[in-house]
This record gives sequence, C-alpha cells and structure tokens, in this order.
Amino acid sequence: MNKILKLGLTMLLLLSLVLAGCSSKNEPSSNNASEGESNDGSEHQELKFWTFQGLHVEFFEDAAKSWNEMYPDRQINFVAESFPYDEMHNNLLLALQSGVGAPDIVDIEINRFPNFLKGDIQLEPLNNIVEPEIDSFVKSRLDVYAADGNYYGAPTHVGASVAFYNTELFEAAGVSPDDIKTWDDFVEIGKVIKSKTDKPMTAVFTNGFWSFYPMISQKGSDIFDPNGEVILDNQDNVEVLQFIHDMVYKDEIAVLAPGGRHDSEEFFAFMNSGGAAALIMPSWYASRFVEHMPDQSRNFVMKPMPAWEEGGFRSAGMGGTGTAVTKQAKDVELAKDFLAHAKLTKEANIKIWTILGFDPPRHDVWDAPELREANKFTEYFGDGLFDMLIDIKDEINPLNITENTPLARDLIESNVLFNVLREKNQTPEEALKQAADELRSR
Amino acid sequence: MIGSTPSFYPNLVKGGSFLKPNTVNISSNSTIKNTRRTLKNLFYSKKIAPYVFVFPFILIFCGFYLYPVITTIIMSFYDILPGQTKFVGLENYKRLFNPTFYKALYNTSIYTLWTIVILIPIPLLFAVILNSKIMKGKTFFRACLFIPALTSTIVAGVIFRLLFSESETAFANSFIMFFGLDPITWRQSGPAIMFLMVSLATWRWMGVNMIYFLTGLQNIPKEMYEAAEIDGANMINKFWHITIPFLKPVTVYVLTITLFAGYKMFEEAYVFWEVNSPGNISLTLVGYLYKEGFQYNQLGYGSAIGVSLLIIVAILGFIQLQLTGTFRKKGGN
Repeated sequence: MNKILKLGLTMLLLLSLVLAGCSSKNEPSSNNASEGESNDGSEHQELKFWTFQGLHVEFFEDAAKSWNEMYPDRQINFVAESFPYDEMHNNLLLALQSGVGAPDIVDIEINRFPNFLKGDIQLEPLNNIVEPEIDSFVKSRLDVYAADGNYYGAPTHVGASVAFYNTELFEAAGVSPDDIKTWDDFVEIGKVIKSKTDKPMTAVFTNGFWSFYPMISQKGSDIFDPNGEVILDNQDNVEVLQFIHDMVYKDEIAVLAPGGRHDSEEFFAFMNSGGAAALIMPSWYASRFVEHMPDQSRNFVMKPMPAWEEGGFRSAGMGGTGTAVTKQAKDVELAKDFLAHAKLTKEANIKIWTILGFDPPRHDVWDAPELREANKFTEYFGDGLFDMLIDIKDEINPLNITENTPLARDLIESNVLFNVLREKNQTPEEALKQAADELRSR
Repeated sequence: MIGSTPSFYPNLVKGGSFLKPNTVNISSNSTIKNTRRTLKNLFYSKKIAPYVFVFPFILIFCGFYLYPVITTIIMSFYDILPGQTKFVGLENYKRLFNPTFYKALYNTSIYTLWTIVILIPIPLLFAVILNSKIMKGKTFFRACLFIPALTSTIVAGVIFRLLFSESETAFANSFIMFFGLDPITWRQSGPAIMFLMVSLATWRWMGVNMIYFLTGLQNIPKEMYEAAEIDGANMINKFWHITIPFLKPVTVYVLTITLFAGYKMFEEAYVFWEVNSPGNISLTLVGYLYKEGFQYNQLGYGSAIGVSLLIIVAILGFIQLQLTGTFRKKGGN
C-alpha cells in the first residue's frame, strides 16, 4: 500500500514537472500579445480569415484597410491565412465539429458548402446583412449558400462560363471566333482549324468537371433537380457526354487535356504553348490565364459559349465561393458588418472586378464606369470584356446544390469522365447511370 | 565566506524566534531528508523504477493513442454531425461492402505486397555489400542511401510528379523516348501510378531498412564466419547459412513494419492525386477514410473504415508473426 502511494506521489511529481514546463512557456507569450495590443494605442478587434485561394487575401486585406478608414471606432486587426483547398475545408470541418479553432470569417467553396449545412449549422445566418441588399443581387448566387430560408454565404462572383479562343490559331486557319454561334459551328470550325494548323480545337478534362458541367447546365439540365432528386443520368446529360466523346474520337477536334485537370501544371504548360484553340471554362479562369499562361497574353479572347441551338443560352454559372461567418467568431456582429462591407456593398462589388477579375454578383454595379477601365485582364484579353459578360448575364440557369454535391462532383471527376473519355470502358449512358445510382443510394 | 554561511542561518532563526519555530525547522529538515531518501529508494528499487521510467510514455500513449482509438471505435457506431449525434448501430459497417472500399483495399494490398517484395531483399543486399570489408567508400554510400529518409514524402512527391509528368519533355518520358518507346501518361493508368507510388516508397525507405539490416549484420559473431572459412565455405555458402539465419529476427521486424507501413500508406498516394484519383487508381484505405470522413463530412463512417483497417492489419500481423514463428518459445539451442 505504502509503495503504491509512493509510486503515485512520484508520478504526480513527474506530472507537475511536465505541466510546469507547459505553463512557463505559455505565460510570456500571452504577455507579449497583450503588449502588442497596447502598443497600437486603440482597441483592435482581431478578425481571423481563412481562404483556400491566395488571390482572395489581397481582396480582403484591401477591404480591411478601407473598413479601418471608414469606422475609426470599430477598428479591426485583419489576419488572413491561406491554405490549400483540401486542407482548409478539412480544418474548418474539424474546427466547427469540435467547437474550437475556427476563424471568424471563412471562404467556403461551393462544392464543399453543403458539408457545412448539415446538422446544427455552425455558421451564422447572414439574413440581416443580405436581405437589405438582396434586390441588387443575382439571387441564384445567394440561394446556393442558403438553407431553410437562411443565407449563410456571401457570393464572390456570378461565374459565367465563357469560351476562351486563341486568336492566333483562328487567324492562321482563316476563321473567326465570332462565327461560332452553336456547338455545331464549334465542331465545324474546329475541323477547319485542325486541318489548317494541326492543332486541336479544344481540350477536355478527364478529371475535372468544368467542361461537362457548364455544358449540361446550359442545356437546362443539372446533376440534381430543384427538389434534390438525382437527374445525372437523364437524356440531356447523356447527349452532352456523348457530344464531348465524339469531339475527341469521332470528329477528332478535341484532345484529352494533359494532366486531366484545369489546374494541373501540364495543362498550364500545354495552353501556354498554344496547345489548343479554344477552352470552355467559367470566367474566373481568366485569372489563371493571366497568372499561369503569360506567353499567350493578347492571343486569347473571351466570348460567350456556343449555344446548343440558335438563340439558346450561351453561358452557365459555375463554381463559386461563399464567405461565411462562423458561430465561433469572437464578435459576430462586427464580423458580419465587416463581411457586408467587404463583399455586399457596391464598392466591394466593383473591387471584385478590379482586384479579382470576377463578374460581380451585384447587378447594379454592372454599368459602373470602373468596370470598363483597363486592368490586367483587359490587357490580356482585350477591351470590352465586361460588356460581353453583361451580355450573357440573363442566359444563366440556376444550379441545384444538395448535400450530395461533393460526392457527385467526385463521381463525375474520378469515374464518369475518366471511364468514358480516357479508358473508354463505359458508354456515356452506363457511366452516368452508375454514378446516378450511387448518388441515389446515399 | 563559504564557511560563514551555515552558521549565519541558525543565528538568524535563533535570534528572531523562540524555541518552538526552531523545532519545526528541525522536523521539516528531516522530512526533506526523508523524502529524498524515499525518492532515492524509489529510483533504485527494482520493482518500482521501471514504472517510473515508462510513466511518461504510458501517459502519452493513453492521451494520444489509446483515447483516440477508443473514441474512434465508439464513433464508428454513430452518425456524427455538429450538435446532432445519432446512434446507428452497425449501419456504418454495412456500408463498407461497396466497390470503392474493395478498390481501396485492393490497391493498398498490392502496394504492400510490392513494398515487401522490394523493400526487404534489396536493402538486405545493400547492407551486406556495405558491410563487407572489401567495399570502399562505405560511409558515403550509406549516407547516400539514408538521406532520402530525412526528406518529407510530400516534398519528394512533388519532384516525382514533375519528373513523371505526362508531357513529352518531362524527365521520365524523355528518357524512355530515347529508347524508342512511346511517352506514358504516368499518373493516368493503374499500373503506372502503382509503379510511381512503389518507387517513391522504395526511394524513401530503402536506407532505413538497410540500417536495420546493418545493425543485424554487426551482431553476427565473426567467429562463425571464420569457422565456416576453415570448413571451406565460400561467399554464397556463408551468406545462406550464416547471414540469413542470423538476420531472421531483424527480417521479421522489418517485414512487420513494412506490412504496417504499407497498409497505413497515405502520403505516397496523396502527392500524386490527393484522394480523388481518376477511376480511384491510387485510392488507399487511409485515403478512403480521409475522403469519407473529411471531404463528405461522414466522420462516423470514416471511423468505421479506420476500425476495419485496424482489424485487417491486426489479422495480417498475427498471421505473419505466426508464420515466421515469433510466437513460438525459443528452443534450447
């Protein structure tokens, strides 16, 4: 008995040693922090922001600067942290699940957003800042981040899909991008380019759904219907996938994109060396052109997508990032007001264009003169960029996002497109049916 | 100065107080001495000292291993969402029987098999070569083989990805095209991605396994070889009849850790495709766990995958140790 007591005592001693080590480490650091605050003179409330896209940091830091100028009595100390896509969403999920460690404000990508709308939602409803402005917004862009009548995310862009055309190759073949009105024209002109320049008309992604998804959305189809039922294997989608397949193997105007994805190094290199004459992507991809394909500056133009038939929709709203305020925010009201200032005001939406090059989701700024000024995007793609985007703004179908959207994207990217386009071991119908059945089984 | 200090203290005590505090002082002194003695006894006691020394490990083990394992087992029976946790019984385990899980299990098993086939004989051979007397520059080569183990798999993987990029100008493709072969889309086909993952693991772990074998080799008594030489044994005889049998414990150990490392592999696959590879060609069990748990926010199901991985590895480990005879009592010789 005595021995056990002694043993216990010794262990306690050791434990206290270990713990003493901890506390002596913590104290000075907390002192430092308070010193740092008092040095500033005023009370700066720290606002922590996480994003998965480095470009957004610049945008928010600019907003923090203007906020501090506008509201001297509500100063903020804006701390932005940028993580890789997967890591950020996973960290956020765990932080919200466990109740500690989440930032005040966070960027959540549209395909991951449904994960955060499950269970007791750990994000703050933004209704009181969204509702006063709602009439000036493209409403479908707010709806994708909403659940049960509450809005949880502030949208970043409309994400209108466009066609990027390489004018150098078009000129070499003696054709013009403006002659492409429908997908049939796209194929015909593609054949001309292929025969004259020996370059493919376009590249299709086998591990990324950005060419497939805009094309089905444009047709009025989707992965889910408005009630959340799976319609991935409907006739429209099968036809679109068959069309993509035929572009590669029947008409031979398209190649499989090197690297398989829109964001792989191989693909950037391929496009940067003028590998294909056209690319269908959401307009936010313009920033990737500017950043990763500098050699093609002034060679590319942005045009509306080809329509499925004459007069059909020439675009689709794709992708998106909803910025949310978490329940763990130290000062929820401040975080919300700052978010409204950074993303919902007119000025903010102008900045979305001038800093990020995205089409702002607030339509009452679309005719603002700032949106017609030259910037790095007009320098790359030529003038009149924004007018083109306004031109197609009414030709965008809403998207139906459900809690299975993350899985749906994954199934399309890793099974459907890969099996049909690269491995060719399934027909479009079989592959879409299989993916749809798996979605239905959830 | 030094001499005066001891006398200074009692003086102060005596001058400043009556007899009572003085006695207290003496008794507290003796307690300190007693405690010291007990501590001394404790550390020298053969029965207790081991527990004292393993205590920090036990503490860390319980906090960071045992607790999470138990929580994972409990979580695997629940459907977990923030604020809404629901008991679902064996539902998560029933869901395991699906093609994606089988694919992950298949990939992981094939990968493990390859690492065992490659990462045991080759490091053994290297160890023997680098242990031989005639070899020159031993330290240099040992260092060369060991350095990869010090790099991060992620960093090495990025370099691998660039070397094995699918463009024709990438290192690997330009190399094979030199021999008249067609360029390969390395990351897009099942066998090629397996090759990449196994090569990355080989490159990285070769040196570590070699170090294990080297330590084993250095424990073989020299007399054995001398005796064999007197009996007229050649190099190959000595290798088969002395080196290999004496290295058995090390080999079993290396086999065990290779088996476990193979089944818990994540990084080697993650660097090439993260967890969403085309056709799931590089999906591993841990990758599947990660995907379900974090990407689809199904922590309960993710836990069930983790528990099944634990069971699979435990069974395989048991079979392997049984086959290699580790559980049998050592014989008299």
